[in-house]
Amino acid sequence: MQYLALIYSADGTGPQPGTEEWGAFMQGYADAGKTYHAEGVMQGGNALEHTSTATSVRVRDGKVETMDGPFAETKERLGGYYLLDCKDLDQAIRMAALIPTAQFGTVELRPIMQVELPE
Amino acid sequence: MTSSAPDIASLIHRIMRDDRGRLLAALIRSLGDFHLAEDSLSDALERALIHWSRSGPPDRPDAWLLQTARRRAIDRIRKDRGLADRAPEIRRLMEEDEAERAEAAPEIPDERLRLIFTCCHPALDEKSRVALTLRTVGGLTAREISRAFLDTEPAMGQRISRAKAKIARAGITYKVPEPEDWDARLGSVLTTIYLVFNEGWTAGPGEAPIRATLCEEAIFLARLLTDLAPEDPEIEGLLALMCLSHARHGSRLSPDGTIVSLDDQDRKLWDRALIDEGLTLLDQAMARGRAGPFQLQAAISALHVTSDPPDWPQIRLLYDRLAGFNPSPVVRLNRAVAIAEAGAVQEALDELIGLEPALASYQPFHAALGEIAGRAGDITGARRALRTAIELSRSDTEKRWLSDRLAQLAPH
Repeated sequence: MQYLALIYSADGTGPQPGTEEWGAFMQGYADAGKTYHAEGVMQGGNALEHTSTATSVRVRDGKVETMDGPFAETKERLGGYYLLDCKDLDQAIRMAALIPTAQFGTVELRPIMQVELPE
Repeated sequence: MTSSAPDIASLIHRIMRDDRGRLLAALIRSLGDFHLAEDSLSDALERALIHWSRSGPPDRPDAWLLQTARRRAIDRIRKDRGLADRAPEIRRLMEEDEAERAEAAPEIPDERLRLIFTCCHPALDEKSRVALTLRTVGGLTAREISRAFLDTEPAMGQRISRAKAKIARAGITYKVPEPEDWDARLGSVLTTIYLVFNEGWTAGPGEAPIRATLCEEAIFLARLLTDLAPEDPEIEGLLALMCLSHARHGSRLSPDGTIVSLDDQDRKLWDRALIDEGLTLLDQAMARGRAGPFQLQAAISALHVTSDPPDWPQIRLLYDRLAGFNPSPVVRLNRAVAIAEAGAVQEALDELIGLEPALASYQPFHAALGEIAGRAGDITGARRALRTAIELSRSDTEKRWLSDRLAQLAPH
């Protein structure tokens, strides 16, 4: 079963680049990635640029409208994700707990919907 | 010989009370689907009512129900989802059916441990865990559960079906957790059961019957767990704790419905058998040498019932250890009460004042503060705290008890 692990944190709550903690933090991500590969759950994942670079798009009455900024302004921002193929939710929770940002932010696990598309 | 309809109805009622959880657990195990299992079991019960009234109950009503439910499930799968894509499932169900028919008295596998762990999965909201466990493992009706938790029946029904949908869609598997998850997952199960017990324990006189059912249900669930997962000291600890508390069930309210504090209770009204069971379980658990929060709480409860007056310095030490496992404000509140009872009133008061921000809307905090401030000679503070406690209380018996304490304070 596939899960999207959405990684949220508020600005300035985690280790900052250039500090001593930053190295350990990034190492934590490298270690998590290694475990995901070893467990065979890794399907993909990326860090995202800050929400200040986001563009929101919608189509109304056939017209494309673009807006500067994220869909919703929240204190905790989506900063990255993994796509994990796990045995069940228990394994997904164990994997999510390895994400260093979970120490100060929140990882939301969303099951990928099973849809049968018409052929 | 045919049995009369009322006989059959009461037989079915008894089976549902005693065996529903076991039958449902076995069905969910083979069907992998909560809803389908419940619907098929209902179908089987309807058929039982008709068939058994006509030709008498079978030798093994439980096995008959399981087999009928499984066949009904096959029909439902065929009808609902088309044969082709469900063929493997149907084949497996039919094999189970065959295998069972070959045996004279088929043993129904006890899959309730899986069921309990699934219903108490920490990915479900706490109230849903309670409702789902009572409904599926305990066999309480949605109506009984909604009455016990002061919720409407549709709201409770919705909560239960939302939880079942999450189990199906979020990949919560119907299994006993892996060793690395065992402690955390068991903690969630034990907490859920203890929540049921506590909900039953905080009863007013009008609510007494349904609330007592909750206490008994919680004890039933913990007993079941000690059978299904033997030699776990925390399960034994929880069961011991609930036995020791429930033993005092008959003496905690006076005839007019007011709460009688532990020290004033009539010990002759205590249930000796339950106390002995609790003490034996506690010894057994402690001998395993792996202390945990439920064992510590049971040990505290044991000291309350075995010594009169209770050994407060010893109780305080146990609370110190409990706070090490679980430094929550409520545990620290109870610890402060033990400190006061052990004689250090000022130390207790200082500790309580530090807890105020965290427990400002928690009624027992103000009740304890009122009591201890009174003993420390701060009558104004005691009055204020007791008045707040009365405002926050949701039970009439409790309000009455607190008003009595307020009246007993020396006038200023």
